[in-house]
Amino acid sequence: MTKSWKSAVLVAAAAAAGLAAAPPASAQQNTQFIGITGYRVGPYGANGAAFFGGFIDYLNLVNERDGGVNGVKLTWEECETEYNNAKGVECYERLKTRSALGPTAIHPMSTGITYAIMEKAPVDKVPLITLGYGRTDATDGRVFPWVFPLMSNYWDAATGIVRFIADKEAGNLKGKKIVLLYHDSAYGKEPHSVLDAEAKKLGFELRMIPVPHPGNEQQSQWLQIRQYKPDWVILWGWGVMTATALQTAQKTGFPRDKMVGNWWAGAEVDTVAAGPAATGYYAASLNLAGKGYPVVKDVEDVVYKKANKGQDAKLVGTVLWNRGLAAAMYTVEAIRRAQEKYGKKPITSEQMRWGIENLDVNAGRLKALGFNTMVPPVKVSCEDHGGSGLVRFQQWAGSEWKIASDWMKGDSAMVRKMIEDSAAKYAAEKGIKPGCMGG
Amino acid sequence: MQFFLEVLIGGLLAGVMYSLVALGFVLIYKASGVFNFAQGAMVFFAALTFVGLQEKFGLPFGVTLALSLAAMVVLGVLTERIVLRPLVNQPQITLFMATIGLTFFIEGLAQLIWGTEVRRLDLGIQDEPIEALMERFNILVSRFDVAAALVAGVLVAVLAVFFNKTRIGRALRAVADDHQAAMAVGIPLKQIWAIVWSVAGFVALVAGLLWGARNGVQFALTFVALKALPVLILGGFESILGAIVGGLIIGASEKLAEVYLGPMIGGGIEGWFAYIMALLFLLVRPEGLFGEKHIDRV
Repeated sequence: MTKSWKSAVLVAAAAAAGLAAAPPASAQQNTQFIGITGYRVGPYGANGAAFFGGFIDYLNLVNERDGGVNGVKLTWEECETEYNNAKGVECYERLKTRSALGPTAIHPMSTGITYAIMEKAPVDKVPLITLGYGRTDATDGRVFPWVFPLMSNYWDAATGIVRFIADKEAGNLKGKKIVLLYHDSAYGKEPHSVLDAEAKKLGFELRMIPVPHPGNEQQSQWLQIRQYKPDWVILWGWGVMTATALQTAQKTGFPRDKMVGNWWAGAEVDTVAAGPAATGYYAASLNLAGKGYPVVKDVEDVVYKKANKGQDAKLVGTVLWNRGLAAAMYTVEAIRRAQEKYGKKPITSEQMRWGIENLDVNAGRLKALGFNTMVPPVKVSCEDHGGSGLVRFQQWAGSEWKIASDWMKGDSAMVRKMIEDSAAKYAAEKGIKPGCMGG
Repeated sequence: MQFFLEVLIGGLLAGVMYSLVALGFVLIYKASGVFNFAQGAMVFFAALTFVGLQEKFGLPFGVTLALSLAAMVVLGVLTERIVLRPLVNQPQITLFMATIGLTFFIEGLAQLIWGTEVRRLDLGIQDEPIEALMERFNILVSRFDVAAALVAGVLVAVLAVFFNKTRIGRALRAVADDHQAAMAVGIPLKQIWAIVWSVAGFVALVAGLLWGARNGVQFALTFVALKALPVLILGGFESILGAIVGGLIIGASEKLAEVYLGPMIGGGIEGWFAYIMALLFLLVRPEGLFGEKHIDRV
């Protein structure tokens, strides 16, 4: 063996030994490890880059401005899922072992990945935060103690959209025709049952038209819409499907101010791609866009200017970046809540579950955190893992989103009944005895 | 009847958009026998390079187009040098597998250079109905789709002249007919491959610009290749005319099926209906409508 080869082998051996001896994330003193199953490349990379950009910017803000959560610094590792279920499971399996305390909580940011890991989470004692997506009946925490569809769920969105449309139609939907244009996937089918129930209750005619994945060609769907002549179109899109729907609506002469998207079909990545065809389009939202919030100014000053650790300045203030910021805020507040009970030190994922279930971020706290009205107050309980149910509407004005409504609820009584019925059915199928876990 | 015509015309025009992508596959398959799995990625790379250059340097349309074309030529030449040349005389499946690897590389490279954000591409043609047709016949035909069909027509004419009337084109056809014989008469196989990959890059650029103007320039452009596959099966892998005719048949039939059969069986069928059509054609004409019939000695 030559001298250079010997040196190389020695360096490699030393590096391997060093790696083996390196402490896992958990063993680093006084840090809270957060596992992030993100996506920044692939078909939904633009959406993921904005959401996870906001998420990480907030974690950096807490570290840089506050020195962590009660002195516990946050650490994290991002694993790329490419919005692919198999890769999502792989990332989940990897991240759960990166810390002896667990990954704190996982935000799958994909309904498909949520379904894929939902039955693993209780076994591993890892809470899943599915903010505005995932399985709707998981809102019933007595059956799904480890899943938290925080803020609002798909059925809140669907009934909220129906109420918004009803308000535009002077409160009466009887005899009106509404089309649901949906992504032909588990995500797109989530609102079917609740919209059917709404149609029966309010007397409107509902037609559901699927768009095959990825949705980059919708000529035939829109010709059917043109023939059917609906009063409104509800758009349940994601990724390229939304921009294509807006473009094809223009092509077939359907007015964009008679289209209402859900909150995953209402971001700048959708409307910018569609260009002028998007002007006038309404979309539900879990959060407001814009930079006019003290917390956003803090991020710009502390994370971007002072610490130079910002993710992407171009994304600051966009719909999905603000949503990521809010998702991180709820996560941090849940850690803080758990610390109140278990002590001001790193908490386990199991303790985090209690923290989320007892989360109470009221209007006063939102103001103190600098979020003001960007997101609604959230109060989680064992029975209600959502904690809000509120939705707000925005309208694309050609270059930015304008607020089109106050925070409002859909048919929350009907949604709650359907959630309880569906969760009870799931519990019976899986042999789960519903109940609250406590601390 | 008016609605049927609308669906039919819309389908035919959508089919032309599929043909644009299919053409890139045909060119490479004709000259090298390689099924280039990376064609969709090349469409994405081309469109992203165009809008990226436009955004970064604000150059005029023509200059940006020329620079993007240059980037596609470089990509084509490098593909020949680094990926294909070392694999000359290897089985076709090896070359096919190499293009699968190339797909992921090109997708990653494009996003690494230009980022993952969705970009708007404005070619100055609005995707709106032609008013005269709407007013006179109440038939909806998109101005953009007609323009895309014209572009496809010009592209096919240019390729036909290139293949039939130029020296390089004749050399390409000779290589396509028989690699060994072409080399024996002094046709440089490696240069021919570099040229054909560059021409396929040009076709990818045209397809990328049209699809990008329609849906925004984003990763989903890579999926347009899925629309081209049934077109190729139906039209034949070696025929430019087959790509056009196949596109028209697939486009029209999938739209008619979605509108008239879809509602009976739950809808959302056009994604797989095109493949069913192609499979049915395979049973009758395995080489496709315009593909060459291969007879092998045993």
